[in-house]
Amino acid sequence: MRNVFLKIRQYFNLIFFLTLQAIACYILFHYNRFHEAVFMDTAGQITGFINERYSNIEGYFSLKKTNTELMEENTRLRNLLLQNFEIPDTSVTVVVDSIRVDSIAQYRKYEYYSARVINNSVTAQNNYITINRGYAQGITKDMSVISPSGIVGSVVNVSKNMSTVMSLLHSQAGVSASLKKTGETGRVEWDGKDPHEILFKNIPKSVQVQPGDTVITSLYSTFPAGYPIGVVTEIGEQPGANFYVLTLRPLTNFYNIQFVYVVKNLFKEEQVALEKTNPK
Amino acid sequence: MNDLPKNIIRSILFILVQVFILHKIPPLHQFITPYLYFLMILWLPFRTSRTALTLFGFLYGLSLDYFLKTPGLHAAACCLVAYLRPFVINILISKEDSGFNYVSPAPSSMGWSQYMVYAFVLSLAHNTWLVFLEWLQLRNFLYLAGKIIASTGVSFLLIIITEGLFFRKQKFKTNI
Repeated sequence: MRNVFLKIRQYFNLIFFLTLQAIACYILFHYNRFHEAVFMDTAGQITGFINERYSNIEGYFSLKKTNTELMEENTRLRNLLLQNFEIPDTSVTVVVDSIRVDSIAQYRKYEYYSARVINNSVTAQNNYITINRGYAQGITKDMSVISPSGIVGSVVNVSKNMSTVMSLLHSQAGVSASLKKTGETGRVEWDGKDPHEILFKNIPKSVQVQPGDTVITSLYSTFPAGYPIGVVTEIGEQPGANFYVLTLRPLTNFYNIQFVYVVKNLFKEEQVALEKTNPK
Repeated sequence: MNDLPKNIIRSILFILVQVFILHKIPPLHQFITPYLYFLMILWLPFRTSRTALTLFGFLYGLSLDYFLKTPGLHAAACCLVAYLRPFVINILISKEDSGFNYVSPAPSSMGWSQYMVYAFVLSLAHNTWLVFLEWLQLRNFLYLAGKIIASTGVSFLLIIITEGLFFRKQKFKTNI
């Protein structure tokens, strides 16, 4: 035994070196799994900060080129202007709308991108779905994903032409949801046991719930409000707490999911920026 | 200046130079990636213990990896350089030689020829390991050989230029 320790001490540097090499190679070859959790989180903020500063400075050097490009584009667009073209006049009268303010103007909040599922899992503790759209097609991180029948999950990783979606069947997935009938808001989670059952928590016992009630996304969730999630199948009681634990059957069939929509919330940045200014 | 803050500032500068200058240069050829940052490890004092040296190499490489989004790649290569360094030094200068009486490796303390061998061997080790790890994903022999030779040549050249530009005067340690 003593010899073993002696050997270890003798070769300590070599062992230490080999361990570090192994760690480095492990990180290198498991990049995608690591990338989100360990690697890019806090360090990404620091390097991102420096990178941003650098590109701010770098921007000055290309100002002239950028200006020329913009000038060229302006010329091109100016040439397309309507007043450059003569249109044969076929109209008889021109009516001018006297209302100055368009009070029923609508602005768009959500944009939908269709996508096809190219990889799917339901059997693991943490399930991911891969879809065939990436940042080249307008997908960014944290966009929500829905299927025609119910919600699916949210985008966690984006590459050029595909992205991975954290499915609702994931131990960290959590969606703010509410009962369609009475509007009480709680949280939908998955306990990792059965892909046919998800849990709906934090509904007070004062609410009357029946099996068959529909649960929809709440106004506060990242999904479009009012989108269906599941149907209550079982009403469980949390001992010692004032809340129900409802079991839902998800309306999305995660087994044969093929087409999904990725939802982009156009106001998300504005909302996040506004909420950041809240006094703490 | 004290040793520790000097080395910290130096390593930050080396990383920034590597990321924002050497990696922003438009590539001359697909084989050439100019690497200079590992010169930092070559400059560490003689007295640094081997464990500390290896650990520093790993962390230093990893910090470059954070910028270049290649986790583990440069960490592995730097770790190798740091581990090999004491062996190369031991071969090049014997214990009784005057070299060990200086603080850290430099042309003025080791002599130009020895220092050049030292720099060449370690930059070869660095680039070989780096390209080899990349090659595991690409599997193209010409790429492997060409890139090792070209990168080592460029690295070596950059090291010589740096040594010429920033002459580091080495203090002779008298018996303490």
